[in-house]
Amino acid sequence: MATGGPVAGSPRSASLTEVVARSQVVICAGPGGAGKTTCAAAIALEGARQGRRVCVVTIDPAKRLADALGLESLTNDARPVAVPGLGSESGSGSGWRSGSGQLWALMLDTKSTFDEVVRANALSPDQAQAILDNKLYRNISSALGGTQEYMAMEKLYALHSSGQFDLLVVDTPPSRHALDFLDAPSRLLRFLNNRIFLLLMAPTRASLRAIGMATQVFVRTLSKVVGGAVVSDTIDFFATFEGMEQGFRDRAAAVDRLLVDPATAFVLVAAPRREAVAEAVYFADRLHASGGRVRALVANRMFPSFGPVPAPLAAASAAPNAAATVMALAHNMADFDRVASREEACLTELVDRLADAPVVRVPFLATDVHDITGLEQIGQWLFGRDVVGP
Amino acid sequence: MTGRAVDPKAFRPPARVVIVAGKGGVGKTTVSAALARGAAAAGLRTLIVEVEGDSGLPALFGRESALGYEESVLTPAGGSGPGSAEIRARALTPDDVLVEYLEDRGMKRVSRRLAQTGTLEVIATAVPGIKDILVLGKVKQVERRMAAGDPGAPDCIVVDAPAAGHAVTFLSSAHGLLDAAPAGPVRGQAAEVVELLSDPARCQVLLVTIPEETPVNEAAATAFRLEDRAGVKLTPIVVNGMWPVLDLPASPPGGMALAPSAASAVTATATFRRSRQEQQAEQVDRLGRLLPLEQIHLPFLFTTELGPDELGALASALASQLGQVWRPAGR
Repeated sequence: MATGGPVAGSPRSASLTEVVARSQVVICAGPGGAGKTTCAAAIALEGARQGRRVCVVTIDPAKRLADALGLESLTNDARPVAVPGLGSESGSGSGWRSGSGQLWALMLDTKSTFDEVVRANALSPDQAQAILDNKLYRNISSALGGTQEYMAMEKLYALHSSGQFDLLVVDTPPSRHALDFLDAPSRLLRFLNNRIFLLLMAPTRASLRAIGMATQVFVRTLSKVVGGAVVSDTIDFFATFEGMEQGFRDRAAAVDRLLVDPATAFVLVAAPRREAVAEAVYFADRLHASGGRVRALVANRMFPSFGPVPAPLAAASAAPNAAATVMALAHNMADFDRVASREEACLTELVDRLADAPVVRVPFLATDVHDITGLEQIGQWLFGRDVVGP
Repeated sequence: MTGRAVDPKAFRPPARVVIVAGKGGVGKTTVSAALARGAAAAGLRTLIVEVEGDSGLPALFGRESALGYEESVLTPAGGSGPGSAEIRARALTPDDVLVEYLEDRGMKRVSRRLAQTGTLEVIATAVPGIKDILVLGKVKQVERRMAAGDPGAPDCIVVDAPAAGHAVTFLSSAHGLLDAAPAGPVRGQAAEVVELLSDPARCQVLLVTIPEETPVNEAAATAFRLEDRAGVKLTPIVVNGMWPVLDLPASPPGGMALAPSAASAVTATATFRRSRQEQQAEQVDRLGRLLPLEQIHLPFLFTTELGPDELGALASALASQLGQVWRPAGR
């Protein structure tokens, strides 16, 4: 696992702009509800503005990226996004210039991605078809935890290998726990390598004896509880899958290497709330332990800070005959000041943990973001262009 | 939302089980906790059921330790005000429920090992929805004890459901399994869960959202999918994080000797809040048009972390508004 490289030794004063500029892959991770989708789209837009061919991959079933990009739907194949001022292949061709920035977007289709992986790893087309037809297999993409996360990485790897893009920005699934993303490959591999079922499908008498009474009792009981058909589908699945595990393992290892590659940047997105920060700290530690690093922190939805209540206003509002509007103005400033000061305190542990990564504070905006203009606004905060006070 | 004050002691949820559902980050766990506290304040012994683990629920009650599979006391009797009842909580995490289910059916010796080797994942994938059904099956067991007047059972169950998209799956799995699965104990379990969900005297769903565009859209979509696929009755929708509305002038009145920079900070703060106030009014209005459900508004408390004091304030706001919608006469 590569942990060194030029990026790791970079100065701590690097900005998010530089992090994005020298990365080929940016992964936006963090707890649910933090604004990962919006950040991913804004980062992708910035990459395109830098003149690169960028694709943003979203996995969010709520299609929030589609909202953010003003699109009605996305597909499992990348499609170009019309951005004012950017060249695009999608039009008549007149707007596209070689070397100019492009923004593409893709909504992950977990099932089709998994199908592609099966076809690519199968020893024969028959084997592939047998797996695709198996009932248990058809449940995997909807029912097995971590599959969506793993297929996101798989798609990322495939797009990266295609060479079609200079920069890939990935929005991770909206799981409650950011760590689910990192745990996904091991969960899927563990599933595919399940020992009990591997033993069950072994054909010889000797191996049957090796299964042991406990397992035989288990299978009998399981048949009673969930039905014999379910058990035989399951055994069929593992029997059919035999021989493909190695391909999956190799691919998972390659994906893992991409995740800790110096050209891959994890950008942690977290709102300054107690639970979110605790989760983000945990994620950063875990990523570090597996050889990756958080390259930047986006503290999103920060309350704008307008400072404490000015003394004359405080005095006027405390006067016995204070007008209701004066009291409301003071009350309002005190509300904002209280949250803003607590938010900084709340972020301290996380900021300390990421000593050499830039921290970008994006304010809770006065209006919601749901189009390119909104993304440009977020981009101004993320990348520090033309930023004026709130 | 307006009207005569309701006696907080008369607060009664309309069903034995109230399932709290909403998109991640809207405050589902907070609303679950506030509802439990409101019910406890009215003298109802309340059990909160957590299904995802690590929710931050204990912190809302000023506790640090994580919840376990078995019930533990979050607030003792009298702890939510004079005459209040006990609040308990347990984490019915799907893996634990599945292990218990298999143990009860003769797999005691192997079930823990099955969990460690990942075989439970295989079973759960082979029978999609089995975990959801078993979790709700456990809730149903407690609800049956309530109905039978078991003195050890709670008076009210609050379920903190998984995040929105998952909540639809969580609540519709039983229907799905009834359509697909062969006969067997799991099918029987699914049928009982469907009965629970479709009886509004036994179970209702309280949706939670915040007054922003995407959460409002998702709340409406979730509401329709829950009614269509889970056949469950929705009670009012909670709009959480509502900024208390202030009547703010465009600029500070003269005569205060404010420095120009201070005056512009005051103006900017007021402008920002007015903009958010307008937006939330627009979103609340839009939610009303999208979804014909009564709305309960909970205030944004201008803090980064909620503890017992904040929870108390939210519980009062929730109980007084819900009390009017959930009047005994209205049932």
